[in-house]
Amino acid sequence: MTQVLDKPLELRAPVSPAERTARRKAVLEWIAIHSLGVAAALFFTLPFVFVLLTSLMSDTQALSRDLIPHTWEWGNYKKVFDTPGFLTWWKNTLIYAGLGTVLTVVSSIPVAYALAKFRFRGRNLSLMLVISMMMLPPQVVIIPMYLFWAKQLDLSGTLWPLIIPMAFGDAFSIFLLRQFLMTIPNEYLDAAKVDGCGDLRALLKVVLPMARPGIAAVALFQFFYAWNDYFGPQIYASENPGAWTLSYGLESFKGAHHTDWNLTMAATVLVMAPVILVFFFAQKAFVEGVTLTGVKG
Amino acid sequence: MSTITLASKRRRAALRTVAFMSPWLIGFAVFFAYPLISTVYFSFMHYDGFRPPTWSGTKNWTYVFKDYPFFWPALRNTLWLVLVMVSLRVVFGLGVGLLITKIKTGTGVFRTLFYLPYLAPPVAATMAFAFLLNPGTGPVNSILDRIGIPAPGWFNDPAWSKPALTLLALWGVGDLMVIFMAALLDVPQEQYEAAELDGASAWQRFRYVTLPNISPIILFAVVTGVIQTMQYYTQPLIAGKVASGVIQGAGTQFEPGYPEKSTLTLPQLVYNLGFQRFDYGSACVVALVLFALSMAFTAFLMRRRGGLNLAGD
Repeated sequence: MTQVLDKPLELRAPVSPAERTARRKAVLEWIAIHSLGVAAALFFTLPFVFVLLTSLMSDTQALSRDLIPHTWEWGNYKKVFDTPGFLTWWKNTLIYAGLGTVLTVVSSIPVAYALAKFRFRGRNLSLMLVISMMMLPPQVVIIPMYLFWAKQLDLSGTLWPLIIPMAFGDAFSIFLLRQFLMTIPNEYLDAAKVDGCGDLRALLKVVLPMARPGIAAVALFQFFYAWNDYFGPQIYASENPGAWTLSYGLESFKGAHHTDWNLTMAATVLVMAPVILVFFFAQKAFVEGVTLTGVKG
Repeated sequence: MSTITLASKRRRAALRTVAFMSPWLIGFAVFFAYPLISTVYFSFMHYDGFRPPTWSGTKNWTYVFKDYPFFWPALRNTLWLVLVMVSLRVVFGLGVGLLITKIKTGTGVFRTLFYLPYLAPPVAATMAFAFLLNPGTGPVNSILDRIGIPAPGWFNDPAWSKPALTLLALWGVGDLMVIFMAALLDVPQEQYEAAELDGASAWQRFRYVTLPNISPIILFAVVTGVIQTMQYYTQPLIAGKVASGVIQGAGTQFEPGYPEKSTLTLPQLVYNLGFQRFDYGSACVVALVLFALSMAFTAFLMRRRGGLNLAGD
C-alpha cells in the first residue's frame, strides 16, 4: 500500500484490474483483522471495566442490574481502606512478597550459575530434579511441611513458613535464570579467568551485570507469585487475621461484606492495581521471562 | 602454585560446585525429599495431629478410593478440565497469538490489553468473574437478558460451573499468547513465500507451514496446561465459595465443590482431608495420587527431545 504514494498523483500509472482487486483484498483484510482485534480487546477489557464501574456504585445500585453508576461513589474506596485489617494485609503482603523476592533472587543466582556454566557429574540429574520440583503441586508435600512448621517450630499463624524456604532457592527461578545465563557466551567468563578472576568474582563482576534482564524477570515473577499466593497463607496464616495477606484477606472480605458487591469490587480493584502498575513499569522484563520459560534453552 | 596436583584441582572444582549449589541442595533435602518420604509414611498411618500417629496399613487408601465421596468426582472434573479447558486454552491462545502477529496498527496497545488479564491475581480475577457471572445482578446476564438470550446460572449451576471456569481461564490466556507469538515470528518467512508461489491457500499455508513449525510449542502448551490443571486450586475454590454465599469465619464448614461437587479438584481434597477433617493420613494418599499424575506428565514433557529441549543442552 505504501507504493501508492511513491509518485505524485498525476504520474501514477493506470492501475490494472488485477492490482485493484489485490489492493481491495488487502484493505478488506486489514479491516477484518482489526475488527477481530477490537472484539478480542473488548473480551479482555470489559471485565475490568464492569468491575471498576460497580466499585463506584451506591450500595443499593450495586444490587440492581444497572451497568453504569447513577452517582459516582468514590467514598467506596475510603470505606475499603477503613475496613479493619485491610492496611495490615497490605503490610503483610509487602513483607512476604518483598522479602521473599530478595531471598529467592540471592539464593537462586549461584545455583543457576553452576547449572549453566559448571561441568560436573550429576548436572543433568540436578537440572531434571529442579524441573520436577517446578512442576510439583504444592499440595503434594503440604502435610509434612505443615506439621514441621506448625508442630515442631510453632510458627503457624505467621508467614515465616512461606518466607524462610525462599532462602534456599526456588525451582522456577533457578530454571528461568539458568535459561538466561546459558545465553551469555563463555568467552566472557574465560576472559575474566585469564585476568585472574575467581568464580565468585567472575559471577559478581561479569555475569550479574549482563544478566540484569533475567534477574529482573525472576524478581517480578517471584513478587507476583507471593502477591497472588492464596494456598500458602490459607495453610499457615488463616488462624491469625493479623498475618493475612491481600489475596487471602480479599476472599474473607467478601464473606464479611457478602451483599456489598460495590465494596468487594473496590477491594478487588485495589488488589489488582499494584500488579498492573508494576507491569507497566517492567513490561519488557516480564514478556522476556514468559518467552524464556516457554520457548527454548 | 606448581605443586597443585590434578587430584587437588578436581577436589577444588567439586567443592566449588557444592558451594554454589548449596542453597538448592539444602532446599531440595528439607523441602522436597524429606516431606515426600514423610507423605508416603503418613499415607499408611492414622494421624489426626493430636494423638501420636498409629499404623493403619492400607486403610487410608481404601477409604480414599472407596468411601470418600469427593475423590472420584474430583478426578472426573480434572479429566473434564484437561480435555475441555486445556484444549480450548491452547486453541484460543494460538488464535490470539496469530491475530496479534497480523495486527499492524496499534500492536503494542492490543498486546498489552490482551496480556493484562493474565496478571490479575487469581483470587481477584475469580471474585471479579463470580460477580460478572452471578445470575441475579451480574452484568453478563443483564446484557444476555436484554438481547433475549436465555442466561445460564454459571457458578451456581453444576452444568455451567466448569464452562464458567473455562471462560475465566480463556480470559487469562496472555501467557500462551506471548509464547505462541514468539514461536510464530520464528517461522522462516521463505517457507511462506515458497508456499505462496506454489499457490497454497491461507488455510494450506497454516496447515503445512505454520503448524509443523510450531508443533513443539503446541505440545509444550498442552503438557504444561495439563500440569497446571493438576494444581488447579484457587479459582475453583473461590468460585464455589463466593457463589454459595458461604461466610468465612470460625465454625463455618464449607462443603467443597459447590455446586454439587462440580468444582472439586484434587488439591482441594488435600485441604479438605488434612485441614478440615484432620485426617492427615488420607490427605497424604490424595497428595501421592497428585504426585504420580504430575510426575507422569513432567516425565513426558522432558522426554521429548529435539524440538522441545527443555534442558537446553
